[in-house]
Amino acid sequence: MTWTQYLAPLMKGAQITVMISLTSIAFGTVLAFLAGIARTSSNPIISGIAFVYVLLFRGTPLLVQLFWFYYALPLIGVSFDPITTGIMVLSLLTGAFGAEVVRGALMAVPQAQHEAARALNFSKFHTLWHISMPQAIIEMMPAFGNLAVQNLKDTALVSLISIADLTFQAQSLRNITLDSATIYTMTLAGYFIIALGLMLIIRFIEAKLRRGAAFPRSAHS
Amino acid sequence: MTSIIRFQNVTKRFGALTVLDNFNFDVRQGEKVTLIGPSGSGKSTVLRILMTLEPFQEGQLELAGIGYHESHGRGDFKASDRHLHKIRSNVGMVFQSFNLFPHMTVLRNIVEAPVAVLKMKREEAESRAVELLRMVGLLDKKDQYPSQLSGGQQQRVAIARALAMRPRVLLFDEPTSALDPQLVGEVLGVIRNLAQEHDLTMLLVTHEMRFAREVSDRVCFFDKGRIVEQGEPDRFFTNPEQPRTREFLSSVLNG
Repeated sequence: MTWTQYLAPLMKGAQITVMISLTSIAFGTVLAFLAGIARTSSNPIISGIAFVYVLLFRGTPLLVQLFWFYYALPLIGVSFDPITTGIMVLSLLTGAFGAEVVRGALMAVPQAQHEAARALNFSKFHTLWHISMPQAIIEMMPAFGNLAVQNLKDTALVSLISIADLTFQAQSLRNITLDSATIYTMTLAGYFIIALGLMLIIRFIEAKLRRGAAFPRSAHS
Repeated sequence: MTSIIRFQNVTKRFGALTVLDNFNFDVRQGEKVTLIGPSGSGKSTVLRILMTLEPFQEGQLELAGIGYHESHGRGDFKASDRHLHKIRSNVGMVFQSFNLFPHMTVLRNIVEAPVAVLKMKREEAESRAVELLRMVGLLDKKDQYPSQLSGGQQQRVAIARALAMRPRVLLFDEPTSALDPQLVGEVLGVIRNLAQEHDLTMLLVTHEMRFAREVSDRVCFFDKGRIVEQGEPDRFFTNPEQPRTREFLSSVLNG
């Protein structure tokens, strides 16, 4: 077999990888905002739940999380297909790391902004969404970019719960052909190209937000 | 004459430090009062308590007849969010560091609160904002962002923003202290014009003694959490009674 014959199966795997990554980044972002905002709540129950969630998912290995959701959870009667499990676990992990990004950016909004909002009698809700968040979200983007790329690389582990992603396809091809050098080089290249795409998307969103907000980074302190 | 602001035996502590100790202070409606004194003397704390940015532990405080502590109020402020909201609807504040919202244009900075809090129609809020910007001489800057303005211009926008909420009491916390000397005059000019408003009650913490003498009905000298001396400005500045006042005035006027 020549390298061109590897392309079709690898592309098929890459599609699964991209699908899992984009889906879990999307769900993970929603979770990150929910948990990150909850972490800043003055209600101890809400912030406590978010704290435990973040602690658990940041403090355990992804591979074990995958195995737990895929092999252990069915034992107590809850089971999902591999793709759902993979997306769920990756979303939860990305959400946990993202929550810290959201919380950090919200806390970095100067106290003076909160005081001004209070003096104008804004509700807590209005202050969060119209004063804090627009300033914080721009500061989150570089860290979210890193998390997105991390998420993509983490998807390789879902091959271990029998999902036919890029890594899984590479393994299968290698088992048949034993052409490790070519196959793994192509696989690396595949991940790298997808990562570049992700970084470009994040850059685009950041530039767009920055222009929409129309305040240069240096000018707000 | 009724008091719009009334502090009765108010005590405010930061941990072990007592900032205000059995503090008593009354302000008449429409009165323009200047608070002066060394830093750490508690004068900014008086404004921050009035704006509900700081709680106090003991005593009673009323603004426009509304008490700050509720009888069964909880938390640091001993009051519900709803009650604090009601208190704040009578007060506005201008900060030393302006605190404009950097992600909003000048116009949006002024319109945001009347629309979101007072539920005013956007067109009405905008036409009032335009009037206020004209008053502070910055109508041509309405579509710019705060970072594009000088400090003096930002502070004039901040004054317009506070006025847009139609406060009965307006608090100025060292409004010119963060400004370059050549920009102080334009901000003082705006405050001077506001002082002509008969019904607006103004409390001003400042180090601009000449300005204090010119615009205020009463000057209060703070030291160590108490008002050491107060009075009508001409008398206060020409013939201070307390030695501590004389000492302070000579240090700031000659220093």
